[in-house]
Amino acid sequence: MTEPAITPDLIAAHGLKPDEYQRLLGIIGREPTFTELGIFSAMWNEHCSYKSSKKWLRTLPTTGPQVICGPGENAGVVDIGDGQAVIFKMESHNHPSYIEPHQGAATGVGGILRDVFTMGARPIAAMNALSFGLPSHPKTAHLVKGVVEGVGSYGNAFGVPTVGGEVRFHRSYNGNCLVNAFAAGLADADKIFYSVASGVGMPVVYLGAKTGRDGVGGATMASAEFDDTIEDKRPTVQVGDPFTEKRLLEACLELMASGAVISIQDMGAAGLTCSAVEMGDKGGLGIKLQLDDVPQRETNMTAYEMMLSESQERMLMVLKPAMEAEARAIFVKWDLDFAIVGETIPEDRFLILHGNEVKADLPLSKLSSSAPEYDRPWVETPPAAPLGDIPAIGLIDGLRALIGSPSYAHKAWVWEQYDSMVMGDTVRSPGLGAGVVRVHGTPKALAFTSDVTPRYVMANPFEGGKQAVAEAYRNLTAVGARPLATTDNLNFGNPEKPEIMGQFVGAIKGIGAACLALDMPIVSGNVSLYNETDGAGILPTPTIGAVGLLASLDELIAGQPASGDLAFVIGDTAGHLGQSALLAEAFGMESGDAPPVDLAAERRHGEFLRANRHLVQAATDLGDGGLALAAFEMAEGAGLGVTLTAATLPALFGEDQARYLLAVTPKQGPALQAAASAAGVPLHVAGRFGGDAVTLGSDSAPLAALSTLYRSAFAAAVA
Amino acid sequence: MKAAVITFPGSNCDRDLAVAFAAAGADVVKVWHKDTALPPGVDVVGLPGGFSFGDYLRCGAIAARSPIAAAVVDHAQRGGFVLGICNGFQVLTETGLLPGALMRNAGLKFICKMVELRVETQDSAFTEGWGRGALVRFPVAHHDGNYTLDAETLARVQGDDRVAFTYVDNPNGAAADIAGVLSENRRVLGLMPHPERVIDPHLGGSDGLGLFHSLLGKMALA
Repeated sequence: MTEPAITPDLIAAHGLKPDEYQRLLGIIGREPTFTELGIFSAMWNEHCSYKSSKKWLRTLPTTGPQVICGPGENAGVVDIGDGQAVIFKMESHNHPSYIEPHQGAATGVGGILRDVFTMGARPIAAMNALSFGLPSHPKTAHLVKGVVEGVGSYGNAFGVPTVGGEVRFHRSYNGNCLVNAFAAGLADADKIFYSVASGVGMPVVYLGAKTGRDGVGGATMASAEFDDTIEDKRPTVQVGDPFTEKRLLEACLELMASGAVISIQDMGAAGLTCSAVEMGDKGGLGIKLQLDDVPQRETNMTAYEMMLSESQERMLMVLKPAMEAEARAIFVKWDLDFAIVGETIPEDRFLILHGNEVKADLPLSKLSSSAPEYDRPWVETPPAAPLGDIPAIGLIDGLRALIGSPSYAHKAWVWEQYDSMVMGDTVRSPGLGAGVVRVHGTPKALAFTSDVTPRYVMANPFEGGKQAVAEAYRNLTAVGARPLATTDNLNFGNPEKPEIMGQFVGAIKGIGAACLALDMPIVSGNVSLYNETDGAGILPTPTIGAVGLLASLDELIAGQPASGDLAFVIGDTAGHLGQSALLAEAFGMESGDAPPVDLAAERRHGEFLRANRHLVQAATDLGDGGLALAAFEMAEGAGLGVTLTAATLPALFGEDQARYLLAVTPKQGPALQAAASAAGVPLHVAGRFGGDAVTLGSDSAPLAALSTLYRSAFAAAVA
Repeated sequence: MKAAVITFPGSNCDRDLAVAFAAAGADVVKVWHKDTALPPGVDVVGLPGGFSFGDYLRCGAIAARSPIAAAVVDHAQRGGFVLGICNGFQVLTETGLLPGALMRNAGLKFICKMVELRVETQDSAFTEGWGRGALVRFPVAHHDGNYTLDAETLARVQGDDRVAFTYVDNPNGAAADIAGVLSENRRVLGLMPHPERVIDPHLGGSDGLGLFHSLLGKMALA
């Protein structure tokens, strides 16, 4: 087969800018082959190289005594005591999900699960943070249905409980939905597998499903803006097979236990190319691949297609040669492909052979280390104009505006489609706040949350970035967990626009400051840029996934309020309504500044709550929607009414940070108040749970009617 | 008391079921689907939930034809106990050990939630720990739980008092609200809800333990 000539058009179609192509020529000193051009394109696109973001990602705090392995591997590894570790990461699959929602979301889940079990961990929990366009937009219902089905179809069949996540709607996502998938796994801390290859002449083994043409060029697609040719991109979306992934998980864990694995890497974005280069590069070795030996699902595949295929459910491994028979037997047992496709070589070479031809012969270490890196120009986001007068609305009507909006309504329509209990360790299912999963066979448990308030980040990237981390900290704290570490999934628009880059820089600075102050280092993450359609960008959406530890389930705050319990609020309420949910949902206003985040207060209040958990029946963080929404959600979940004495919009719907709502028995109230005075933590009684009405100041409505609205609004909006 | 839990490729509740059997005091042995015989001395076989063979073709259809399935059928025909949960129930209908079939949920969506069940018969090793009419809470998690059988078979199953559990609020369109059904000899139970997921108050309840304790208690007396 003749390969296409290397023309400026072909180079541009590979997403390489003219200066990047010159850089390529400088590295290899000749014109690349078609396959080589594909390999460079895969390694140097934004998705794989982080070329626009690397400079700023380096500034994030990534270390701490709890961190076993920070960013750079497939997922972060964090110590949870007793020789055990939690391994986790969050990753976007935005562009594929917009093109083909079911498969795009499904393979997003599949990819993040592989990132976790590649490291030797059995996945124990998943979450997903979803952002969609307005419900009235013609594509939204289709996307919601497809994405939710896709997430469920993959996670449910694979057998990992989905225990949390977020769903929001905003017009800025009309042309770019966001699908951010999180997974966490469990492993012994001394049995983590890394991607660094070692030893010369070691067999490189291909594991899992066969290679087809699906996803060829997917990573390059994910690094471009959308326009009206989007339908042409459908063939680049991969198709997931959770049944194969489940077998791959079991086979890989058996293989790892056998001692046969030197290093292992999943084939995700840019498949064989990225995984082989990663293992060679980290080990200071070259890799030779003989593509004739790659298990293929389709006939007449070219070297170019095999090197860039993003077929799912595949792994690449460097094997201890003496263990080959044993390793092969494990894969035969699970009816999966096992093929030796190459070897490690001493020289710095990425040598790709197909038939009797050399299809690529490149200096391996240069593929990643010499990737372009940009210090993109950026401008600081200008300060938001102060919030002016706001329209009037009744207190209960304000609450109705929130709970009748799909962004704040009850999300059972979504999470009942996810198996949240498989594996038999789910302590706290999706619903209110963090999910909690027991560490199998121990008294310990892990808590998981994902958070961001994109409106805040838009108005004030620095405070918004801080707030996303602070909210995650509070959600973990509210179930009694000690926050351990963080993964960030940074979704932004086109970084070549200085104002977008300014959002990115501001958010990173805020996230970094909060992670440092709250001792929640970033251990893994993912950047998704170019989330724009026809030049319109998304709200900046740096999703924070965070993990906390409960040393014992005795530390869990899991209960519900009982009738007669007092509603206490930790923290000061100034009544900050800028960028609030109330303004957005009741009036369509996105005005004012994001609420400021006092990180010292966050820490002080969180530590106070953890220290006094025994005095608390139930707890939740106060986030967007403020006290009114949180109190309604907590009461409604227990089938109770609630009465709040506050009687103004700012007091009820203000989104001041560092606050929690607690349900406390009247008997324990005085002890909690005494503890708060001793600790210097602001605490006040805001009302009482009970009855069959929701009363805000002097405005009241029956619980039943509000509950009906709250529980039907989501389905009504997307069905 | 010895329980065998079968693992098919795609099973994902095999560990959970083994944990539940063990919690009720059984010795548990895991059996691979390619095995052709059960280990000696097995009293009860557990067919776990999950997506055996990816649910490709029909749920449970391929598993019902795997090498171990013949041994399970043989075990049942000799009067051995078999418990099939969710996908295991689907496998049991595909083997013919239980009547009917599990169709796609009436709402066409996967459903995972806690449901209330009514115990419909006390006359089985699985349910005799409860009184008839007792209410228990187990979660469901399935896409294909809509139990379907022809009118004649339904009448026979009901007439023989073989309905083990019904849904109080039918989540999936199952005929006569049936959540679980017994074989003619009352020693094979298939049910869609997951008793193995509610064996600890920390996990949202412990009603499921009642089924395992009842079964193991019965076998201890046998």
